[in-house]
Amino acid sequence: MELTSDRFKEHAQKALLDAQLQRALGNVEKGFIGKRQMAADALPEFDAIRDNARDIKNHTLAHLDLYLEAYEKKVTEAGGIVHWAENAEQARAIVLDICRKAGTRTVNKGKSMITEEIGLNDYLAENGVTPVETDLGEYIIQLRGEHPSHIIAPAVHLNKEQVESDFRRVHTHLEAARDLSEPAALLSEARQVLRQKYFEAKVGITGANFLIAETGSSVIVTNEGNGDLTQTLADVHVVVASIEKMVPTLEDTAQILRLLARSATGQDMSCYTTYSTGPRRKGDPDGPKEYHVVLLDNGRSSMLGTEYQEMLRCIRCGACMNHCPVYQSVGGHAYGSVYPGPMGAVLTPSLNGIEKTGQLPNASTFCGRCEAVCPMRIPLPKMMRHWREREFERHLTPTTARYGLKFWAFFAKRPKLYRIAASFGIPALSVLGGTKHRFRSLPFAGGWTRHRDLPAPQGRTFQQQWQQREALKQNPSQERAA
Amino acid sequence: MSARDSILARIRKVNASGGDEEGRRQAVSARLSGSPRGIMPKRGQLADTERRELFQAMAQTFGATIAEVGDYADVAGAVSTYLREHNLPASIRIGDDARLKNAGWDGERTLDVLHGASDGNDLVAVSHALAGIAETGTVALPSGADNPTTLNFLPDHHIVVVKAADIEGDLESIWDRLRGALGKGQMPRALNLVTGPSRSGDIEQKILLGAHGPRALHLIIVD
Repeated sequence: MELTSDRFKEHAQKALLDAQLQRALGNVEKGFIGKRQMAADALPEFDAIRDNARDIKNHTLAHLDLYLEAYEKKVTEAGGIVHWAENAEQARAIVLDICRKAGTRTVNKGKSMITEEIGLNDYLAENGVTPVETDLGEYIIQLRGEHPSHIIAPAVHLNKEQVESDFRRVHTHLEAARDLSEPAALLSEARQVLRQKYFEAKVGITGANFLIAETGSSVIVTNEGNGDLTQTLADVHVVVASIEKMVPTLEDTAQILRLLARSATGQDMSCYTTYSTGPRRKGDPDGPKEYHVVLLDNGRSSMLGTEYQEMLRCIRCGACMNHCPVYQSVGGHAYGSVYPGPMGAVLTPSLNGIEKTGQLPNASTFCGRCEAVCPMRIPLPKMMRHWREREFERHLTPTTARYGLKFWAFFAKRPKLYRIAASFGIPALSVLGGTKHRFRSLPFAGGWTRHRDLPAPQGRTFQQQWQQREALKQNPSQERAA
Repeated sequence: MSARDSILARIRKVNASGGDEEGRRQAVSARLSGSPRGIMPKRGQLADTERRELFQAMAQTFGATIAEVGDYADVAGAVSTYLREHNLPASIRIGDDARLKNAGWDGERTLDVLHGASDGNDLVAVSHALAGIAETGTVALPSGADNPTTLNFLPDHHIVVVKAADIEGDLESIWDRLRGALGKGQMPRALNLVTGPSRSGDIEQKILLGAHGPRALHLIIVD
């Protein structure tokens, strides 16, 4: 997809005024937050497993070269083929080549964010291979020519009436008078339409939630069963996965699986967790005859050893965006990038550079909810702050903000002057705030006050209040006297 | 330089900067051979009876239905009962699993038992699980001629037979079983961990059962 993160503010404005979108976004809180909390609370060891999962991934990243080599060896032993790709272009070419050799006109796809990242669908279509998304949400947005607005709930920005109208537009071979008013009818129709497709495509593409060095297995975690049909019924199974999906052992997947579904959908375990190791074996009555893995770097190895390395622990559960007040208000498309929400605000600049993506790490109040719910304990706000620093160092921050910060820094570095200025400034602002104690507009901050009022400071300055508090601690009798 | 070599070289440049390459290699081989278990939730660590009860309760929580029989000879009867209760035609598909082949089908004269992988035209399939997992109400189904993978996903109704003695507390015990059967570092071509019938929440985040896989998952536990 075209990167339009430099228009985040413009997108966000539109999103806030889009009644249809706002209604759909209401489902994020209902659908995810309470369920995650209940599932986490029901497992007393949840936080201890988070610590362990963080350690597993840290260990893996510190030995990633060695685990990748061990993994490749095991895949090869099992009869699979590993293809290495530096970037999106190489990965796309490898997949197309596999499709051409298989002689297929269509490919089925299980849900995969990595194939979004490399823009695989458009590329295949341009080269005469039709990609068919089989996950219900992905299928819906493919019909609409859209990109996912959420990493695990791609169609979360839509209401059922919109899906109904798309199905009526595209499924013209079906009875026009059919009732599609309920989600169950829509699901049933998608099941019926897609069922035949599984038998038509010779190639099935999935992503991977894990790659396992011990066994050379790839793992997909799903609820619908489309990923399994995609990979089981095709002659050729292609796994596209980035290098940080690596874990050492089967036990390590068991640990992280206890976090993944709980953090994502509030399930203890997703319906289908499938470990795939190589192609069909002697005596097997089903399964793919070829098994390929496209191992993609696309910027990950350059994140190692930097302040963004911890982002490579991400397991793509989506908890950070579900809990983000910014995401909840504007939805995923506003970010103008493949990965939305807090994880996207860190990852997108890492993958695409900060020049065009600087608005993303700024689209945060640093409320900290993303870090609080991240199963892999990724310090997302800290890394967004690092990106803001990079942006400032490279003079990419808007002029008003730069001068504002310089102005503030001038006083902040001179405590006496700061205290004097504040002791005059605060009462003055308090008076200017009027009887409502708020500003409806401010010079140089019109962007901020357009959607909300700035509360006027009231009473004494912070430092005055602090001094009094300290004085009371020294001499508590004063409080009673007061 | 190939993509493989440049990717590995970039990673190595960062990871090997500490200088202790021998230590790094030892850490990797120790982890791969030792397979440390990590934090084991207490939930599944139960005595036999309680473990079986937890398995049933969890499976039902996630939408599976359950029947219990005393012997493999009673499995066919339990399957017929399920078909009748759901107004399904008297036809099922099974793989080559010896335990399923001798599951009392002779006693169900009207039942049509088909064998082998599914071509998508079966309403009901019966598989035998390697094991159950009490912690999450999950069944583990390895691929192969005994229990073809297509039976797990294509039919509308998936009936899974699991032996009570094969109900483990946790996923880690499945790895021990597989290593015992296949050897360390080996896996079946596919291992499906199935927890309840297929579902989707993709339309307005309302959970609906019966997405692309089975609409119903029925477990038959054999004593």
